Amino acid sequence: MAAVSFRDVRKSYTPELQVIHGVSMEIKDGEFIVILGPSGCGKSTLLRMVAGLETVTAGEIAIGDRVVNNLEPKDRDIAMVFQNYALYPHMSVFDNMSYGLRIRGLSSSEISERVNRAAEILELKKFLDRRPRALSGGQRQRVAMGRAIVREPQVFLFDEPLSNLDAKLRVQMRAELQALHRRLGTTSLFVTHDQVEAMTLAQRMIVMNAGRAEQIGAPLEIYARPATTFVAGFIGSPPMNLIPRDGKLLGIRPEHLEPCAASDAMLTIDVDLIEPLGADILVYGHIGDRDSARVAARLPADAKVQAGKLAVRYAPGNVHWFDQASGRRID
Amino acid sequence: MVENRPWLNFLAHAVLIAGVLAVAFPLYVTFVASTLSFKEIMQVPMPLLPGSHLVENYSQVLSGGTTTGSKAAVSHMLVNSLVMALAIPLGKITISIIASFAIVYFRFPLRMFFFWMIFVTLMLPVEVRIIPTLQVITDLKMNNTYAGLTIPLIASATATFLFRQFFMTVPDELAEAARVDGAGPMRFFWDVLMPLSKTTMAALFVIQFIYGWNQYLWPLLVATDESMYTTVIGIKRMIVGSDAANEWNLIMATAILAMLPPALVVVLMQKWFVKGLVETEK
Amino acid sequence: MEKRVVFRSAWLPYVLVAPQIVITILFFFWPAVQAVWFSFQLQDAFGLKTQFVGLQNFTALFKDGNYLESFKVTALFSVLVAFSGLAVSLLFATMADRVVRGALAYKTLLIWPYAVAPAIAGVLWAFLFAPSIGIVTYVLKGMGVDWNWIIKGDQAMLLVVIASVWKQISYNFLFFFAGLQSIPKSLIEAAAIDGAGPLRRFWTIVFPLLSPTTFFLLVVNIVYAFFDTFGVIDATTQGGPGQATNILVYKVYHDGVKAADLGGSSAQSVILMVIVIALTVVQFRFVERRVQY
Repeated sequence: MAAVSFRDVRKSYTPELQVIHGVSMEIKDGEFIVILGPSGCGKSTLLRMVAGLETVTAGEIAIGDRVVNNLEPKDRDIAMVFQNYALYPHMSVFDNMSYGLRIRGLSSSEISERVNRAAEILELKKFLDRRPRALSGGQRQRVAMGRAIVREPQVFLFDEPLSNLDAKLRVQMRAELQALHRRLGTTSLFVTHDQVEAMTLAQRMIVMNAGRAEQIGAPLEIYARPATTFVAGFIGSPPMNLIPRDGKLLGIRPEHLEPCAASDAMLTIDVDLIEPLGADILVYGHIGDRDSARVAARLPADAKVQAGKLAVRYAPGNVHWFDQASGRRID
Repeated sequence: MVENRPWLNFLAHAVLIAGVLAVAFPLYVTFVASTLSFKEIMQVPMPLLPGSHLVENYSQVLSGGTTTGSKAAVSHMLVNSLVMALAIPLGKITISIIASFAIVYFRFPLRMFFFWMIFVTLMLPVEVRIIPTLQVITDLKMNNTYAGLTIPLIASATATFLFRQFFMTVPDELAEAARVDGAGPMRFFWDVLMPLSKTTMAALFVIQFIYGWNQYLWPLLVATDESMYTTVIGIKRMIVGSDAANEWNLIMATAILAMLPPALVVVLMQKWFVKGLVETEK
Repeated sequence: MEKRVVFRSAWLPYVLVAPQIVITILFFFWPAVQAVWFSFQLQDAFGLKTQFVGLQNFTALFKDGNYLESFKVTALFSVLVAFSGLAVSLLFATMADRVVRGALAYKTLLIWPYAVAPAIAGVLWAFLFAPSIGIVTYVLKGMGVDWNWIIKGDQAMLLVVIASVWKQISYNFLFFFAGLQSIPKSLIEAAAIDGAGPLRRFWTIVFPLLSPTTFFLLVVNIVYAFFDTFGVIDATTQGGPGQATNILVYKVYHDGVKAADLGGSSAQSVILMVIVIALTVVQFRFVERRVQY
């Protein structure tokens, strides 16, 4: 296990087309880091640079105390789980998991010991002779993890590994991943565009946008104090309301709005969409005329709402302010 | 079909049966002719039921060819044909799969230039470069050798394209996973790409087996020595003059021997054959 | 479409393409360049002296009645082979697409001629049609047809066309059959509901939808008639009688190998090369279009 450092890491394919604009971060040994962002933000590129599948244009990536910029993937002591699993279709589960070990020339007793141990953890013992084709999506996903585990690497790299699973399986695998990390304690980098995955898995996360790290921090800290309007809008569902006020942007989360008497109203929402979800009710509308900002509110399940005007208020402590031009938080 | 019109179904079967018979008729006559004696075959009309000279005719051609035309033994020709039919597909598959591997999985100077060079060979069939190619063979002293018969025919744009097309469908992540697992390019090629290409190779092999077995113009130019004749060439050499002078019973026995191996391959390996035909033309 | 760069090596890719490239240069490019070079030269009868004559070989060719005749013969031959081959195969494929039972058996029984070498196809049909002993000749004589392809040019042409088409039916059939099977059944059913009978459905729905396959096969068959039928001709008529079946490819071979006319034969080669290039371009234009479908 090892720490990982990004030191002003940059990537460009051509001089004009820069996709990573200088990311810096120190990842502690054993930490679980999630890299979160919309598609095309450069999060996978960053991960693939750690893996050695993409070259580093400028800056340094270090694993432990070694700068790995120019090392081949196999010499970096990492293991990777791919989005489509990338299992070798013609090899059995056992062969898939042991392929990397065989290349490294481990003894066959050592190989079968490691594979069996990983298969035990992942409940794959029954399937070791099967081909990937004969497995379900969740099982394939476990094999992909098993292939990473048997290598006993310094760092695990996960590239959206859960996005090909259905919703239910995803929740289950999330829990298993957490358990696995507790058990092995290996430094992990996990790329996803799913904020729920990020919030639940990350010890710390990097929110990326257009090749930049918008904010780095613990999930709840980021949720509570988003550094930019992008982060405010990307994390939270529905996202934080951003309302122009006095030349700045006022940010307020939907759950921090509560209905009140018209005389106490801090905002009046012209409601046009109501989504009762059971546990609570989502209410959408706009303030003032049709072109003004759209606002969402999360109300308790027993709230009485109907289309039309809805008066709401909020506690001043829950308000965030952002600069309208730069989008940065104002404290 | 949409509506049930019995007469249409009847017509369809009738047309197909007629077609099958018409297509098979020459084969049947050939077989019958190969079982007749010289005397029987010279009758007009010749008998249309098999005669009793099957064993005699076939053992005659296998060991000694015809008596009036070429006397080269067909058994030896079959060996030559087999050499061509095996060496050409194996050679083609080998050099094409490694060339496409390089072109798909590496970036290097002149890559596209090589790709176009291979592509252009599509436009240079033997027929348009007969004399100079023969000259090269002579300069390299490859006349009447297996090397001369096969090597010039193993360069192939279609096979290279076919493998390239297949490699493009192999997910990039597979190569990346292999790289992370520590496999170098050749290890990835052997352990992952080759096993995955098995069906493509099989399809190509079937098509190229037939191509190699049925070569005509090239062996005609290169194999001038009797010991290097292929079966197809051998048949041509047995036809010496006007039709009555030829030992048609022996020629037809040789024709059956020449048709049998590729026809068996087509019928028994139909799945690969169809796949190979359809895919090489994409 | 390109792969992400995955492997790096300064020498390995060159080693991997080398065998293919060496063979290509040695047996394709070098001879092709030589053919072009020879086509501008004239050799004396003993092959001792050569001289550069520019386009003289080409102008001589186009003044040569035999060569122009060979062009006409080739055109006629390839049109006959392509059209009759496509028509017969389309008929069989349509019928095989229609029958529910036995389609696979019919398919198997129709595809085997693909395995027959063109030269052998020629020998088989030449035997059936042999002027004195052929069984078909016997039947034709009974019907009052005076059959002797050895002396009658049009009959010789018919013979080589039949032999060539017979061999190519299987190929055309397979592609037509695959094309027919890929037409969605719902379209046919919609047309039937609209009141179109089987024949009308074929001409207004099936045939237009099949046109990419048809066009592709047309090009392939023309290429086949131009080049691959060499064996048929050489094993039967050898271009005769007179010039009746002397297609361009056979003439190149004959003039170059048998008559040893290096310059003239090379000039013919160059012209053939231009034809192949044109056909290949047409074929690939078409493939590009088909990809966009």
